[in-house]
Amino acid sequence: MTIKGKAYIAGAFEHPTRHAPNKSTAELHFECARGALADAGLSFGDVDGLFCARDAPGLNASWMVDFLNLKLTHLDSTDTGGCSYLIHVAHAAEAIAAGKCKVALITLAGRPRSEGMATGTMIRFAEPDLPNTPWEVASRPTIATLYGMMAARHMHEYGTTSAQMAWVRVAASHHAQHNPNAVFRDVVTVDDVLASPIIADPLHRLDCCVISDGGGALVVVAPEIARSLKRPQIRVIGCGETLSTQGAGYADLTRTGATVSGGRAFAESGVTPSDIKYASIYDNFTIMVLAQIEDLGFCEKGQGGRFVADGNLISGIGKLPYNTDGGGLCNNHPSNRGGMTKLIEAVRQLRGEAHPKVQVPNCDLALASGPGGVIGIGHAHSTVILERV
Amino acid sequence: MNSAVADGFDKDPYVRNHPHAEPFWRAAAAGRLILPRCRSCGRAHWYPRPFCPLCHAGDLDWIDATGQGSIYSFSVMRRAKPEYVVALVTLDEGPMVMANLVDCDPQSLAIGQPVKVRFVPTPEGRHVPAFTPAG
Repeated sequence: MTIKGKAYIAGAFEHPTRHAPNKSTAELHFECARGALADAGLSFGDVDGLFCARDAPGLNASWMVDFLNLKLTHLDSTDTGGCSYLIHVAHAAEAIAAGKCKVALITLAGRPRSEGMATGTMIRFAEPDLPNTPWEVASRPTIATLYGMMAARHMHEYGTTSAQMAWVRVAASHHAQHNPNAVFRDVVTVDDVLASPIIADPLHRLDCCVISDGGGALVVVAPEIARSLKRPQIRVIGCGETLSTQGAGYADLTRTGATVSGGRAFAESGVTPSDIKYASIYDNFTIMVLAQIEDLGFCEKGQGGRFVADGNLISGIGKLPYNTDGGGLCNNHPSNRGGMTKLIEAVRQLRGEAHPKVQVPNCDLALASGPGGVIGIGHAHSTVILERV
Repeated sequence: MNSAVADGFDKDPYVRNHPHAEPFWRAAAAGRLILPRCRSCGRAHWYPRPFCPLCHAGDLDWIDATGQGSIYSFSVMRRAKPEYVVALVTLDEGPMVMANLVDCDPQSLAIGQPVKVRFVPTPEGRHVPAFTPAG
């Protein structure tokens, strides 16, 4: 069985806030859900499937079912960190294909900025009952040091440079200047990135994504419902998911799960990287974009530095326009989870509703891809390929 | 007094929650690095499990490690005061270990550089491996 063509993204909504100290996380989830349903032309009463991850208040999605007062036939609380929402699209397509639901709502929201969370520089995942923590927590790994080690190893093995990584940020900033909601709208240069302070070697401050409140939501529907709505028809044609582990001490820190999730998504969709007109690539750190571009097959392994340099990711200039909303690096990283906004911008591009300055002409095939969790400790990865019918 | 109390980590939640690893912490308290190695596939793994995660068969032995390895990658946490170095070290026995690099000038470190183990106490009571440049 394949999910190819069995489900459509009918609604997409990115909350405009980036700082929401006066709203609860649950209220933000509601506002995102309301926005995506309105975008689709559907109502809460139409929803029969809900997909939430651990950003939703409660131990699983059932708290949000009660809060939103939904009547469901399908519920999925899968959490794989920031890529949960990419995996939710895949799982929603599977559930719709299997007849478990017809209108699947996926929501994300959170307030790390209001809560003063030092996402990248604090010690996280320290619970004593986790099997790995006794062996790791004492060395005080932070998200920034772990991705710093990834970047350092990639530079060592492939000759990647800090200036090449900086181009990932430069491209994002070129896009973010057109997004009035973006956290950072100033266009930056490679020199600006290299002049920003080091957070954890070799990563500069501008190699790191923003910390923002907010959220987003998607509505995934059965084909007959998509055809009954007034929105452009965005079809899910391929999905892949995986989890990369520490390999019991034998891991390759330069390789992301995109090798597996991208491979499966391309195989299911029947398209190749060279067919993709627009790519949303989860950019928690610049090095992750570069490595995922390699692992998705847009270039050879080790050539990502050369590929991203000289504006190759800038819409209208480069070969692979990416993250035209400004991405997590400049626009938004709600609840420290970037998968949702990746999907939303891909939908905008496919509908022709991206900002005119960054809209890819005749964008009928797009990819959204990203990790969740942490490289080197264990990271999930998912890729979704979408087509405008 | 049982051995954990004698070794000073009886209240360490990172030890108490994982009984299979107590031999490791007892050796660490005495300054010895031991590794779990599979009697079936012969490979050492990290972090220590109560089974072999590489072949999922066979019983484990704790073996004495050389305590030598090389830097696979590292990052200096500049935002912390004082700064510290997080590294992945490839041990001579094969597996890669996350640990701090200590007693070194962070500017002088390089991937591939040989390092040797030393143990540092944690606030909870156990001693964990850290590494320092060898020779």
